[in-house]
Amino acid sequence: MLEVRNLKASVDGNPILRGIDLTVKEGEVHAIMGPNGSGKSTFAQVLAGHAAYEVEESSSVTFLGEDLLDMPAEERARLGLFLAFQYPVEIPGITNSYFLKAAVNEIRVSRGLEELDAMDFADQLKEKMELINVDPRFAERFVNHGFSGGEKKRNEILQLAVMEPRLAILDETDSGLDIDALRVVSEGVNKLRSENRAFILVTHYQRLLDYIVPDFVHVLYKGRIVRSGGKELALELEEKGYDWLRETEDALV
Amino acid sequence: MSEIPQSKVRDAYLALTAARPNGNTPAWVQALHAEGESLLRETELPHTRMEEWRQTNINAINERTFAPLTDAPDHGVDADSVAALRFVNGVCSESVFVNGFHVPGLGSRKDLPAKVAVTGLCNAQLGDHAETVKAHLNHHLGARNAYTALNTAFLQDGAFVHVPRNTVVETPIHLLFLATPALEDCSAAIRNLIVLEEGAQATIILSFAGNAGAAAYLSNVVDEISLGANASLTLCKLVREGAQGNHLATTEVHQHRDSRFHAHTFSMEGAVIRNQLCVNLAGEGAECKLNGLYLNDGNRLIDNALQLTHTVPRCSSRIAYKGILDGKSKSVFTGKVNVLRDAQKTDSNQISNNLMLSDTAAIDAKPQLEIYADDVKCTHGATVGSSPPEIIFYFRSRGIDEATARGMLTYGFAGEIVDEMNIDAVHAPLSAYIYDKYSPKI
Ligand SMILES: Nc1ncnc2c1ncn2[C@@H]1O[C@H](COP(=O)(O)OP(=O)(O)O)[C@@H](O)[C@H]1O
Ligand SMILES: [Mg+2]
Repeated sequence: MLEVRNLKASVDGNPILRGIDLTVKEGEVHAIMGPNGSGKSTFAQVLAGHAAYEVEESSSVTFLGEDLLDMPAEERARLGLFLAFQYPVEIPGITNSYFLKAAVNEIRVSRGLEELDAMDFADQLKEKMELINVDPRFAERFVNHGFSGGEKKRNEILQLAVMEPRLAILDETDSGLDIDALRVVSEGVNKLRSENRAFILVTHYQRLLDYIVPDFVHVLYKGRIVRSGGKELALELEEKGYDWLRETEDALV
Repeated sequence: MSEIPQSKVRDAYLALTAARPNGNTPAWVQALHAEGESLLRETELPHTRMEEWRQTNINAINERTFAPLTDAPDHGVDADSVAALRFVNGVCSESVFVNGFHVPGLGSRKDLPAKVAVTGLCNAQLGDHAETVKAHLNHHLGARNAYTALNTAFLQDGAFVHVPRNTVVETPIHLLFLATPALEDCSAAIRNLIVLEEGAQATIILSFAGNAGAAAYLSNVVDEISLGANASLTLCKLVREGAQGNHLATTEVHQHRDSRFHAHTFSMEGAVIRNQLCVNLAGEGAECKLNGLYLNDGNRLIDNALQLTHTVPRCSSRIAYKGILDGKSKSVFTGKVNVLRDAQKTDSNQISNNLMLSDTAAIDAKPQLEIYADDVKCTHGATVGSSPPEIIFYFRSRGIDEATARGMLTYGFAGEIVDEMNIDAVHAPLSAYIYDKYSPKI
């Protein structure tokens, strides 16, 4: 469903992604690991359509058969791409339910479906909140406003559940969570796994992968995927640490 | 340089006082007229070299004479035209004023306790309420500016509301001021007097609406409000003048001990809008909360000039104003708080937040604290900004395009002020109005 070919991106002329290749098929869970500053968030944001990054002409990304790179961010979302942000923004004045209803209806309209009215949407939201175990009061709180770090991450998963994307990219959704919060978030994600939905889990810590078991693990380093393997690669990385990468990779340059 | 034509304009206003009908005007009201006249004679029309008007250029109003209407000409307003301009939607007692003059046939009393008066000021000067009017009228208005003096010089009609001791009025009182085409090139001197006696309680909606006429007019408004001990007033003001309509208003509030005053001022439409709101916290334990929202765009000018005086100890004041600024509009917000020497234990805070929707809109927002007491708590803050790109990207990543996102953010920004006002009859239409105004047009 997602094919990334030779993805190169830079900010203000400084290259950050230096040629990424990745293929994700329906139902698969891919983990992307790597030390701080290796370009994990940049990769996630470029896929989501953030305008701050200049993507090279020679790069190509197709998603569900469509050319993603020429598509505005909102159209990518309507097509079924979802990004759970590493640092979700706070939006005072706008309640979660108002925000999510607008989002869901934008997606429905783009697919030729009728908009949900307030009642139907409220039912759907309630069901999703139960599914992933969040406080019903989330609905009427302003989006992420005054939320703790853990609440923000949970709210991202709630949005994921409501928007029902085909591909969900989770950018360090596990970072900064204590073990209980991590469990809640992982259970949420596991419930949302399905045959036609794929996940890219961006993470700094191997710990997440004890809860959400990936099909593939990739290691991103200095803007390139330098290793790919099964879930055992995460364990190897955990054992040897990112310094091992630095030594082996930097020796090649 | 502009003094010469402006003093001519002032002389023209003074000359027009001769046309004021004095038929059955009581002598004490005639004395007020004379007071207004002599004050006007001594007072320059406001200009930008006056401290208080530095940012508020109303030359467009000063350069011409808006002859005050002195009687209620055949106005052709009927129930349908009132309905078209009503805006407020819910059960209210309603009094309708056309070009400043009370039209009894168009109003209706709803659930008003018998002793509560809601009527025209002109009528009240003569009837049972003459003593109350005499005791309050022009007693609360300070020497504010040439236009308030002009208002006094031409004082005739407006609203009179009197709520007797310990009387609670549950149903909102809606005072609807309509500007019709007969007001074009002219002004209405609207004088409102609101008196709540000790322990009285009421909710009053002051609503100004104009037909979008082609020619300019001026609503020249003075409100005098007296709140007795432990009285409680919620005042909601809606300014929706015609596109060429100008609105210069001074609201003067005198608060006795333990009284509560909550004001919600919504500046929506009109070429020039100036809401001067002066509150004197004159009795211990009095509390006021002044909220406002101004929706500015085009080439319009909106000025909210607050002037709060803490005269005695242990009073509290809260000011929260927000502006949404678009086009080439100019907005001014001044939160002047004067804490006099005796006003120990004053608790005052103010905040003004402004959302810029265009690069060409201008705002001058400033607190102005003058504190002469030493044991006080006074805070203030002001922000001006637009929605950060990271927030817009967050919306887009959820399938919501930028224009829709900005509309939602603007609506959410206004919501904080709108939601603090708990008058149902205004809340729903106002929310809908703001939603429509800022939703992207397809
Ligand atoms: N918008 C940006 N502007 C400038 N530099 C950026 C921007 N985004 C990322 N970078 C830089 O790119 C590198 C990779 O960052 P990032 O993708 O956030 O890494 P990771 O998520 O793996 O920690 C860092 O050096 C970072 O400073
Ligand atoms: Mg990151």
